[in-house]
Amino acid sequence: MLKAYYYLLMRDLRLAFRSRHELANPLIFFVLVVTLFPLAVSPTTEALRTMAPGVIWVSALLAVLLSLDRLFKQDFEDGSLDQLMLSPNPLVVLVLAKVTAHWFLTGLPLVLIAPLLGLFMALPDESVEVLVYSLLLGTPVLSLIGAIGVSLTVAVNRGGVLLSLIVLPLYIPVLIFGANAVDVAMDGLPVRGQLFFLAAVLALALSLAPLATAVALRITASR
Amino acid sequence: MFKAIWRWIQRFSSPKYFYEMSARLIPWFAVSALIIGVYGLYLGLFKAPPDYQQGESYRIIFIHVPAAWMSLFVYMVMAISAGIGIIWQIRLADMVAAASAPIGASFAFLALVTGSLWGKPMWGTYWVWDARLTSELILLFLYFGYMALQSAIEDQRSADRASGLLAIVGVVNIPIIHYSVEWWNTLHQGATVAKFDKPSMHIDMLIPLLLMALAFKLFYFAMVLVRTRNEALYRDRNRRWVRELITGL
Repeated sequence: MLKAYYYLLMRDLRLAFRSRHELANPLIFFVLVVTLFPLAVSPTTEALRTMAPGVIWVSALLAVLLSLDRLFKQDFEDGSLDQLMLSPNPLVVLVLAKVTAHWFLTGLPLVLIAPLLGLFMALPDESVEVLVYSLLLGTPVLSLIGAIGVSLTVAVNRGGVLLSLIVLPLYIPVLIFGANAVDVAMDGLPVRGQLFFLAAVLALALSLAPLATAVALRITASR
Repeated sequence: MFKAIWRWIQRFSSPKYFYEMSARLIPWFAVSALIIGVYGLYLGLFKAPPDYQQGESYRIIFIHVPAAWMSLFVYMVMAISAGIGIIWQIRLADMVAAASAPIGASFAFLALVTGSLWGKPMWGTYWVWDARLTSELILLFLYFGYMALQSAIEDQRSADRASGLLAIVGVVNIPIIHYSVEWWNTLHQGATVAKFDKPSMHIDMLIPLLLMALAFKLFYFAMVLVRTRNEALYRDRNRRWVRELITGL
């Protein structure tokens, strides 16, 4: 079972590294969207700081949302998803492997580039640290919940807007606590509560979302 | 024993049997909803005393609060019957879930509209990011997601199962969303907006409110039966019982 997890994870990572330009796209999108806000609103330090947590978090949300397709789309189209479902390994484990790969390819890069964006948005140092922690805890949840949405819509033609309609409302708690943690850190207040909440949501999503995704994949495959 | 129960459930939940039964039930629900609703409105609009702070304008509560309650209740009904449909493969349960969604969305919409109309005299603006209004709005989005998924998938069975799963995921999420929004609201807005805390209600206001809630519930039962009947007719349009029903043969 662990072996299956490991092999599937490696397969997904290897496939992704073979088309490197695609790998960078969500990341560039993330930076680009954040860049738009100083241009559209105001580049003064004060204005940047008020909107920074929200802007960075919403952009991360959208970047993950746009990259969700990659989770199952290709495998669905070339039939490897059906093969995975036929394998004797529990589907939940395989789903978890695919979600892990997705997080390594989109969530983790977002976390790593976040300090740069903190710099762009004139965030004070201590809140940059909190931003990284909050994204580290929050982005896996985005991948996990997103997996449910993609597995339900992967067979639908032009399911992109539908996917965001389904998934975005479910992302709201993560957005609230993630952005608020950064906001609070800027005032020098303790952020433990927010980070603990994000960790709790992560634990919940980690235990329930793969189950729901496995069921959803079976539904999609049965038509 | 179990087999007998199972057979009874299957007989009871066959669309044909349901179609005949529901025709007899609908008038009862509809008429009682109308009577209780009119009586409740009469008590609420004419008999209940004006609020000492809000004057007459609080009376919209008799529509607003039952609508908000119903929007949550209908979502629960939808998720539970979708779950029954997925687990025991009972087609009628799928139909009930699909028929409930637009009704629940309408209740959520009604709660939002009445809430913002109420907000105008109370808060001086039609919309504030009040915690309850915001969660109601998100609930409306959840309904939209359900209906969009339901209509996007062509094959009826997998449309039911996919959107049913989404409804169940939504039920797990609703409390989390609700409490995080409430928490967000107390943090950002609490001090600036004159929050209207529910005072312990006067009995003359409480009775019409509960009557209206009952009327809304009965109205929902009548509506869901009507819509499920339509759903049954549409989905079984190629089956014999519908053809016999329509042609009279």
